[in-house]
Amino acid sequence: MKKAILYIIPLLVATIIGSCKKDITERNAVYPALAPANIDLNADTWVPILTATSTFTVATPDVITSPNYLADVNEIKSYQKNITDDQKAIVKYWSAGSVLRWNEILRELVAKHNLPPYQKDDGTYPFPSAANPLAYPLFPFSNPPYAARAYAYVSAAQYDALVQAWKFKKQFNRAAPYTNDATVQALVPKSALPAYPSEDAVVAGATAKMMELLFPGDLDYIQQKVAEEKLYRLIAGANTRSDWDAGENLGKQVANVFLTRARGDKAGAAIGTQADWTAFETTATAAGQTPWISLELPKRPPMLPLFPKVTPFLFPSATVVALRPPAPYSTTSPEFKKEADEVLTMSQNYSREHERIVSFWADGVGTVTPPGHWNSIAAEEFARQNYSEVRWARNLALLNMAEMDAAIVCWDAKYFYFNPRPTQMFANIKTLTGIPNFPSYTSGHSNFSGAAATVLTYLLPDRGTKFMDMAHEAAMSRLYGAIHYRSDCEVGLQTGAKVGEYAIARAKTDGAGN
Amino acid sequence: MKKSILRYFTGVFMCLVLTQTVSAQTESDAIMIPKNYLCAAGMFAHNSWDHYWEGTLNRNNLNLGTVSSNVYNVGLVYGLSNRINISAFVPYIQTNVSAGTLRGQRGIQDINLAFKWMAIREQIGSGLFSFHAIATGSIPLGNYQPDYLPLALGSRSRSIAFRGLVNYQVGRFFVAGAGQYVHRDNITIDRDSYYTTEMHYTNQVAMPNASNFLVSAGFRSLQLNVEAIATKYTTLGGFDITRNNMPFPSNRMNATAVGGLAKYMFQSIQGLELTARSSYVVAGRNVGQNLQVFGGIDYIFSVKKEKSDK
Repeated sequence: MKKAILYIIPLLVATIIGSCKKDITERNAVYPALAPANIDLNADTWVPILTATSTFTVATPDVITSPNYLADVNEIKSYQKNITDDQKAIVKYWSAGSVLRWNEILRELVAKHNLPPYQKDDGTYPFPSAANPLAYPLFPFSNPPYAARAYAYVSAAQYDALVQAWKFKKQFNRAAPYTNDATVQALVPKSALPAYPSEDAVVAGATAKMMELLFPGDLDYIQQKVAEEKLYRLIAGANTRSDWDAGENLGKQVANVFLTRARGDKAGAAIGTQADWTAFETTATAAGQTPWISLELPKRPPMLPLFPKVTPFLFPSATVVALRPPAPYSTTSPEFKKEADEVLTMSQNYSREHERIVSFWADGVGTVTPPGHWNSIAAEEFARQNYSEVRWARNLALLNMAEMDAAIVCWDAKYFYFNPRPTQMFANIKTLTGIPNFPSYTSGHSNFSGAAATVLTYLLPDRGTKFMDMAHEAAMSRLYGAIHYRSDCEVGLQTGAKVGEYAIARAKTDGAGN
Repeated sequence: MKKSILRYFTGVFMCLVLTQTVSAQTESDAIMIPKNYLCAAGMFAHNSWDHYWEGTLNRNNLNLGTVSSNVYNVGLVYGLSNRINISAFVPYIQTNVSAGTLRGQRGIQDINLAFKWMAIREQIGSGLFSFHAIATGSIPLGNYQPDYLPLALGSRSRSIAFRGLVNYQVGRFFVAGAGQYVHRDNITIDRDSYYTTEMHYTNQVAMPNASNFLVSAGFRSLQLNVEAIATKYTTLGGFDITRNNMPFPSNRMNATAVGGLAKYMFQSIQGLELTARSSYVVAGRNVGQNLQVFGGIDYIFSVKKEKSDK
């Protein structure tokens, strides 16, 4: 008996530990190398977002028989002679695509910075300072509107930079090193696209430059990524140093146009002042409504209440008001009470499926935010489409601009109506996720999801109702979580879809086809 | 003689202390129940804290107030032989916060199984020395949300742990020490991505393993058992909660707790025991500064008709 146990124990241990595998393969680690089905050679004719009339300079490249070019090619060969495992990993990572990876990096920074500042000793809250980004509270607090705007600017700049790059590519028509020299290996799928200036480099240059405004405390990390991608292009035999440098420089020039716009788009003043915050309350009270009150302790000023004044990408500011949904149910009406009762029922419902949905779509503190979640959903779909870099950028720009404009339109309704959260009115409504610190009507998640699903359904019609179904679930997750009334979600979804239509209108006329 | 032997070995050996953040295990006493005896146990524990460590920073949170849980734990211990005991326990847990808006959770957590083997028991000097090897495992029973800290019922991780326990008893006084290694399986959460110190695009979370050390000393008689206990639980890896962020299941959760236990064994009703215990976390990292109060009732009885002992 005792002997048997002596054998059984180690066997049991080995079995259990053997079954406890800790290896995890993450979805973004298995993307194949980008091999566009269509290189979109005519993308030089696509309509850019901001730079249709801008002038950019790219120096005429050295001819491929020049000593400078030969030196660049020799540099590639010297790398290729002795590729380390680390370098192979860099090639594998970046070959999935420049636009894909830079959106991923942006999402990571959003998640890192999506943290509300801790209160001061006197119970007031500090605000992050762009001038001093590394002092607490770190700049930025990348909450959903901030994040939506960041994704939009970066994607739009990437798209314009690529359209401009395509013009120079066709003008100079200098092929990739692996084409010009048969002894240079191609460690990525070969492309017939001219290599000067590098498309990877324009994306890296444009993104890194945008980060100086958006994530100024993380520029060391950004520059490390730029250097890594540059090394990848050289090792892979896809670009020479001069292809890269010309591209990075062009990317920065294009980004400057976007930075000028961003610095004047009024986002910097979106926090508002005490006078603004008080005015919302006074207006709602004067209209006979219970005004929104922060449910955080200590009470926190509302999140970016002047975000509605930010200049949208897809339509003029006047359209923001035109898209404003009709007023929510009056806080004294029986319909309002009825909706609140439904929220209470959700709060008391312990359905595991509801909990799953709430958690999946929560996208709260410390996450990529709802626009980031949709960015991630889109990236995983696009990775199956074999897009060119420029189509990647164009499609993500359409999505991300719609998300930013949805944030503006949604925030407009939130602060125009200044409608209280269910828990503010009925303290017995406990929530399955954190209550965001801004008014209820309409739901941000619903606006973001309605806009995103509309754009994605247009871009990928073969996916059927997939995105709309997801958007509906995302919207309802806020009701299940007991932080929104049903009408917040339903109206938000519809308003978001209307914003998405503006992106589709743009897509239909930008020269890129579907 | 028979009676006194029974009393001497009586005891519940596997009483997990379940908090919603850290399970400090104090199953490691050197007490065994005899062959063919069964112990039915019921326990209640109340955990509460209003301060916690965000990384190494001790803070409160006005949006949580006091975080508390009630743990109702029932189980059985069986003497396979005088040297081998097995046990199974299943807790039902309710969690709650006193402030803010978050809804608490409730439900069945994990089944905790244990196999305890008294490998060595011999007279050394004037005392009795024993060494126990203890293997424990936990398997989630409920489909609860692990990614809902600090209100989650548990981490919903399968785990297996090995503990070595030494005990030395002279007369009625004893000292004991134990070391444990806990291997924790990956968990699945409801989200499809999450940020730790970098982004992860998966719903799988790698849980850090853990070590757990214990020292205790006290007095044991046929009627009364009183001891002081200190434990140190350390996750081997994991990451800190960043400033004003939410906790996450794979945080680096460390806790040093001190406490005491008193157990009374009735003379009038053979096999009935009452236990009271308390512990307090005096140092920690990414855990609540938990105070636990615990009460347990055990009833130990033979499941076979009188047999010759061994």
